[in-house]
Amino acid sequence: MSNVQIMTGNSAAAWGAKLCKVQVVSAYPITPSTSVTETIANWVERGELKAEYVRVESEHSVMTVCISASTVGARVFTSTSSHGLLYMHEQLHWAAGSRLPIVLACVNRGVGAPWSIFNDQQDSIAQRDTGWIQIYCRDNQEIIDTVIQAYRIAEQVYCPVMVCYDGFVLSHTMMPVEIPDAEAVCRFLPPYKPHTILSPEDPRNINPVIFPWQRRDAEGVLRDGYMDMRWKLQHALEGSRDVVVKTCRDYAELFGRDHGGMLWTYKTDDAEVLLAGMGSIATEATMAADLLREGGIRAGVVGIRVYRPFPREEVREAFRNIPAIVVFEKNISYGYEGALCADIKAALYGAGIQTPVHNYIAGLGGRDVKASELAEATRSSLAAIAAGKKEQQTWLNCVTE
Amino acid sequence: MPEKLFKVNAEEYILPGNRACSGCGLSIAYRYVLKALRENTILTLPASCLTVLHGLYPITSVGIPCLNCTFASTAASASGLVAGLAAMNRSDITVVAIAGDGGTFDIGIQALSGAAERGTDFIFVCYDNEGYMNTGTQRSSATPMGALTTTTPILTKQQHKKDMMKIMEGHDIPYLATCSPSFPIDLYDKFVKAKRIKGTRYVQIATPCPPGWVFPPKDTVKIGRLAVETGIVVLYEIENGKFRFTGRSKTISEKGTRAPVIHYVERQGRFKKMSMEQLGQLQRWVDGKWNEYLRRAEA
Amino acid sequence: MEIKDDNISAMCRPAVGEAGKTGDWRDATPVIDHAKCIASVKNRPACYLCWLYCPEGIVKAGIPIEINLTYCKGCGICAEECPARAITMVMHEEAKK
Repeated sequence: MSNVQIMTGNSAAAWGAKLCKVQVVSAYPITPSTSVTETIANWVERGELKAEYVRVESEHSVMTVCISASTVGARVFTSTSSHGLLYMHEQLHWAAGSRLPIVLACVNRGVGAPWSIFNDQQDSIAQRDTGWIQIYCRDNQEIIDTVIQAYRIAEQVYCPVMVCYDGFVLSHTMMPVEIPDAEAVCRFLPPYKPHTILSPEDPRNINPVIFPWQRRDAEGVLRDGYMDMRWKLQHALEGSRDVVVKTCRDYAELFGRDHGGMLWTYKTDDAEVLLAGMGSIATEATMAADLLREGGIRAGVVGIRVYRPFPREEVREAFRNIPAIVVFEKNISYGYEGALCADIKAALYGAGIQTPVHNYIAGLGGRDVKASELAEATRSSLAAIAAGKKEQQTWLNCVTE
Repeated sequence: MPEKLFKVNAEEYILPGNRACSGCGLSIAYRYVLKALRENTILTLPASCLTVLHGLYPITSVGIPCLNCTFASTAASASGLVAGLAAMNRSDITVVAIAGDGGTFDIGIQALSGAAERGTDFIFVCYDNEGYMNTGTQRSSATPMGALTTTTPILTKQQHKKDMMKIMEGHDIPYLATCSPSFPIDLYDKFVKAKRIKGTRYVQIATPCPPGWVFPPKDTVKIGRLAVETGIVVLYEIENGKFRFTGRSKTISEKGTRAPVIHYVERQGRFKKMSMEQLGQLQRWVDGKWNEYLRRAEA
Repeated sequence: MEIKDDNISAMCRPAVGEAGKTGDWRDATPVIDHAKCIASVKNRPACYLCWLYCPEGIVKAGIPIEINLTYCKGCGICAEECPARAITMVMHEEAKK
């Protein structure tokens, strides 16, 4: 029996956490993520969700609480945006290094200075190298489903997962969302088993100083040095691709919705140009593709769902034999190009694919991006590519002189 | 004396062959902290000398479970342990956070204030060696006036030590105490008491540091004792707002035998560039604090 | 075949001698004169200030008292605090043996 409600993206994220029966929630308010944890506070105080709710004094402490609570075996959840996420940065590294399956809903927002409360993805992209899995959602249904999937992925590979979605565009926009059956979620998501139990019965010292080199323990077993331990994290993230894909497939079987695993495609089969993006801008790109098709250009879309680990093979597969690629993204790696564009090009290089890739930096700090503008940008790129321009970076709707 | 010693838990939780410096004041204090806390305890600690004492992967020198955390996050880490243990229905475990003065007075104060305001059920221990000793003796807000540090290398520290006890008392927590490794039984008793109390408990231990304060390791206990004799360190506890001198400080307050701070200052290399004016300022500062304690003890 | 480290994050178990045999750090060794030691003289558990103040927890409070020299770092606090002056720090004691 389906239970469809009209809700915001933030409600969807909170619902996802509730269905996963999170045991510890910690939060500090920041726009536009605030209503995620407000909603949960309401449930906890009403007794609808049995969880410890820790109202801390900063985001740094939020992630710290998540780390410690997860270490002793609790399933934890939090949500933040922008400077909140940046303030957590140190702890994001610590969480990943501790191999804790924390799930964080990142409601994407621009980063100051100067202040902006509006959407772009600079905040989460700036956390790219912290060792977290990052999944970008394109609508509210995907948010609730991805939070549930995130716990299964995280607790299987012992890596934290950031579920990212666009501030206001999704966080504050009402859409119909089917709420999965609570019992079915329990079947889908086994209980969390921590990889180490911190308890007086077996005293351990967790995350001490570690040498650069390997060292024997008291029993003579040669234990890792710092770098060996880092490799394990890299190996876990690389290996999590299969878990992401299988989790997505299992979820689709049980709940009837497939969000695409590592990436999703739209009208790519016959495409002569592919638009690529993450989150809601990729959804917008599907409308742009339709507009382009109306104008006789066979356009398709590749939506990158999982940004870390990067879908290296899937990207190669999706972009093979495509004459032109246009990447739209709401972030900029200052002094170079959009982070997604750089990663796509790097993946293609390894497969010997030399397709021109044009990069559009769009919608920073909430600047509006219309589907028609994405379509127009694609047209102009196609013309430039035809004229031999293999790469190009354009700031869309921006004063650049 | 033996009668008092025999009541102390005989178990040693710090194992021999650990990495602490020779004559470390923290080592002495920590022995009694752990003896008082016993097995059903989980520790959390930030980067500090204590991280070194706890040992390098894959071996630890301490037989009590411990979660290392980042420098600014100690009290929040304790909050997470408390919440996590509550979620796991483990109400039998005492959560104890231990940080140095840097991790308490400076970078850790925000998280500590937050945890105390929330009334988090844990003990926060500050071992105060009056500087960033683990990184090589830099100035902290706990460094006393007139001390040389590697970041006040010529002119010495110009400001008085931050009164962290006063700040913590402003959080209306049920128990606060000061102690010294030179008075281990007083320290032990305070931790036994702190363990029994619910809510946020704050205990500050003045731990002499031979390399950082520049005195021979054999003098650690003596320096700690002189600190108490001169009123630089005052042993007291504040239980539900009620101030009480304890141990040697109680005796000094009753007999009026407080020694001048020069007796303490002259034995440490870190004060060798202290001016007479600074010495006078330090004495007046100590006098002022002491008189405040006397008034409170009488109230 | 070397056994691989199966820990996925750094976690330690307790063991003696994490920093090695820290007795090697010592340049002076505590030597006890049991004829002066209060516990030995009185032949009952007494004093034990050396046990109380030892930063390493390696003084065995028995009759007679014993110091574990394998791990004694030679700080000299026990000698300094002994009210009977029963402990003397002897420089390079091992070398003389």
